[in-house]
Amino acid sequence: MNSDKKLEFGVGVFVLLGLAALVYLTLKLGAGELVGSDTYPVEARFANTGGLSAGATVMLAGVTVGRVDAIRLDPQDYSAIVEMRVRAGLPLPADTMASIKTSGLIGDKFVALAPGADEELLEPSARITMTESALELESLISKMAFGSVNEGEGEDQKPSTSTEP
Amino acid sequence: MTQPSETRSQTNRRTGNFLLEVNDLQKGFGGRAVLRGVSLSVPRGSLFTVLGPSGAGKSVLLKCLANIEEPDGGQVSFEGRTLDFRDASSRGSFLRRCSFLFQGNALFDSLTAFRNVSLPLEQTTSLGRGEIRARAVEALEQLELGDYADHYPGMLSGGMQKRLALARAIVTRPEMVFFDEPTAGLDPLRRNAVFAMIAKYQALVGFTALIVTHDIVEALVASDTVALLHQGEICFYGTPDEFASSPHPVVQSFRDSPAALRSTLDGLRRGEAASEQS
Amino acid sequence: MDVVGSVGSFTLDKVRGLGDFALFTGRSLAAVFATKRLGARVARAVYEQGFRCLPVILIVGTFTGLVLGLQGYYVLNRFGSEALLGVLVSLSLVREMAPVLAALMLVGQAGSALAAELGIQRNTEQIAALDTMGINSCGYLVTPRLLAALFVFPAQTALFVAVGLWGGSLSGSLLLGVDPGVYWSSVQRAVESEDVRECLLKAVTFGLLTVSICAYQGFHAHRIRGATGARAVSAATTKAVVISSIAVLAADYVITSFLI
Repeated sequence: MNSDKKLEFGVGVFVLLGLAALVYLTLKLGAGELVGSDTYPVEARFANTGGLSAGATVMLAGVTVGRVDAIRLDPQDYSAIVEMRVRAGLPLPADTMASIKTSGLIGDKFVALAPGADEELLEPSARITMTESALELESLISKMAFGSVNEGEGEDQKPSTSTEP
Repeated sequence: MTQPSETRSQTNRRTGNFLLEVNDLQKGFGGRAVLRGVSLSVPRGSLFTVLGPSGAGKSVLLKCLANIEEPDGGQVSFEGRTLDFRDASSRGSFLRRCSFLFQGNALFDSLTAFRNVSLPLEQTTSLGRGEIRARAVEALEQLELGDYADHYPGMLSGGMQKRLALARAIVTRPEMVFFDEPTAGLDPLRRNAVFAMIAKYQALVGFTALIVTHDIVEALVASDTVALLHQGEICFYGTPDEFASSPHPVVQSFRDSPAALRSTLDGLRRGEAASEQS
Repeated sequence: MDVVGSVGSFTLDKVRGLGDFALFTGRSLAAVFATKRLGARVARAVYEQGFRCLPVILIVGTFTGLVLGLQGYYVLNRFGSEALLGVLVSLSLVREMAPVLAALMLVGQAGSALAAELGIQRNTEQIAALDTMGINSCGYLVTPRLLAALFVFPAQTALFVAVGLWGGSLSGSLLLGVDPGVYWSSVQRAVESEDVRECLLKAVTFGLLTVSICAYQGFHAHRIRGATGARAVSAATTKAVVISSIAVLAADYVITSFLI
C-alpha cells in the first residue's frame, strides 16, 4: 500500500505543478492582458508601415494599450491599412494621431498613439486620419547629411487623403 | 480419484461429448510446415494430454488454439460452434470461457499476486469490487497462496509461481484450461505435484484440461485421453491403456525411450570397457 | 535486378510497417471506450512520464534558459539591444526549445523505459497472457500511456518554459546586468497567444507520436529480426529512442513550416 501512496503523491505533485505552469504559459505569457478582455477595433492608413507586423504592440504614452491585428494594402491608392485592437476602457478622441515608431535603434516596430483634444470620440472600427509613417533609418541618415531633418518631418506628417467609409 | 470420473460422465451425458474439436489444423512459419493437418477431439471434462517430443509442434498447436497464432488452415470448434479467428466477438467469447497456462507462467511481474489473480476479472467482467475481491481471495486460498496475496511474483518460489498462474487461470471459472508444458524444467517430484495439482483442481472446479507435455510417465498416469503429436501430425489418439499397448512404431519408440537410452548407454559402457582393456 | 528488387521490398516493408504502426495507434486510441478501470492505469502513466521525469525537465530547462541568456546577451550586446533579451529567450523557448527538448528528454527517460517494459512483457509472454484472457492488450498497456501523454507533454513543456525563462533571467539579469524589469516586460510583450498555441500543439503532437512509437517498438520486440530475448528488447529500446527522436525533429519542422 506504501507504493500506492507514493504514486498518489507523485501524480498529485505533478498535476498541480503542470497545471500551474500551463496556466502561467497560456494566461500570463501568451495572452498578455488583452486577449479575453474587451477590445475595440481601430484602423489607420499609413503611406509606409516600414516593416510593422501583425502582433506588434500599440502604445500610448509608453503603455501597451493594444495590438496590431492585421495589415493590408488598399489597392486603390497603394497605401497600407493597419487594423488594431485597443483596450475597451480607453476611449480615444477623434483627432488621435497614430505613428509607427521603433524601440531602440533596430528594435521592434510599434504603433504609438497620441490623443488629441477633440470632444468627439473615435467610434469602433473608425479610421484614424492623422498618421505618421515609419521613420526609415536610411532616409533619416540622408536627410541628416543634407541638413533637412526638420523639413522632412513636416512632409511626412501630412494627413491621409482618405475619407471616412 | 473416483470423484472426477463421476463428474465427467455426468457432464458428458448432459451436453454432448466433445467440448473442443480441431479439424485439419495447419500452420507454417516461413515455408516450413509445423502443423500438417492436426485433428483432435477433446471430451468435455477430460484431462487430455498431447504428448510429443520437443519440436513436434505442440506449443504451436496450443498457441493456435489460444488465438496467439493464427492458423493457416483448418477449423476449431468449441461446443460444436466453429470459431472464426478473425471475428473479434467470436474470439472474445471463446477466450472468456478458456484459460491458458504458459510454460513460463507469464505472471505480471509489476502486480502483486492478488492483482495478478483479480486482473482478468477486473478487465473482462462487470463484477463489483467486492465480488472480484472475494473470488480472487478464494482462488488464492484454493491454491494455498492466501498468505502471499501482497507478494510480487518475483518473490515467490517456482512452485508457488506455477500455483499462482493456475489460480489466475481458474479465477474466471473457465470451461477449459490449456496447459503449455506445465512441468518443463521440474524435477520428478515436482512434476508429480503439478499433475496432482491439475487433477485436484479439475475435480474441484470442474474444467476440461488440455495439457501439452513430453513427460510421458506422469501424463499416462494422470490423464484419461492421450494424443501423440509427431512431426506435425497426430499419430496416436486414445486412452493411456491403449497407448501403453499400441504397436505404432512412433508410439513404441517414444514409450520405450528410457529402455532405448539404457541400451545405448550399456553399449557405450561396454565399448569403453573394451577400449580400456585393449 | 537484385538491387531493384531489394529496393522494392525494402520500400514495401517500410510502408507496411507504417501502416501497421498507424493501425496500432488507432487501435490503442479506439480502446479508450472499451477498456475498464482506465483511471488507475492513466494515473500510473502520469506518474511515470510526469513525476519521475520532473528532475530532468527542470534541470535541462534551467540550463537551456541559462545558455540562451548568455548567448543572446552577447549577440544582442553587439547591436546595443540587450533590452530585447527577454524576446529572444522567451520566443526561442516557447516556439522551439521547450517542446522539442522536453519531448527528447521524455523520450530518453519515459519512452525508453516504456519500450523496454513492453519488450520484456512481450518476451515473458505477459502480453500473450493478456490476449488469451480476452483483455485488449493495446487498451490495457498502450491506451493509458497515450492518454497520459496528452496532459503530461504540454505540462512538462510549460514547466520547461517557466524554468527556462527563470534561467534566462539568472544569466541575463543577475550575471550580465540586464535590468530584470526590462527582461520580464520584454518577455511579457514578446509571447503571443499564437506562440503558445504553437508550443502546445507541438507538445501534444510529440507526446502522441513518441509514446506510440516507443510503445509500438516495445510491443513488437518479438518481431526484431536476428535477435531474441534480452537482445531483442535492447534492440527494440534503441529503435524506439532513435526513431522517436528523429520523429520529434521531423514533426517539429513540419509543424513550424505550416504555422509560420
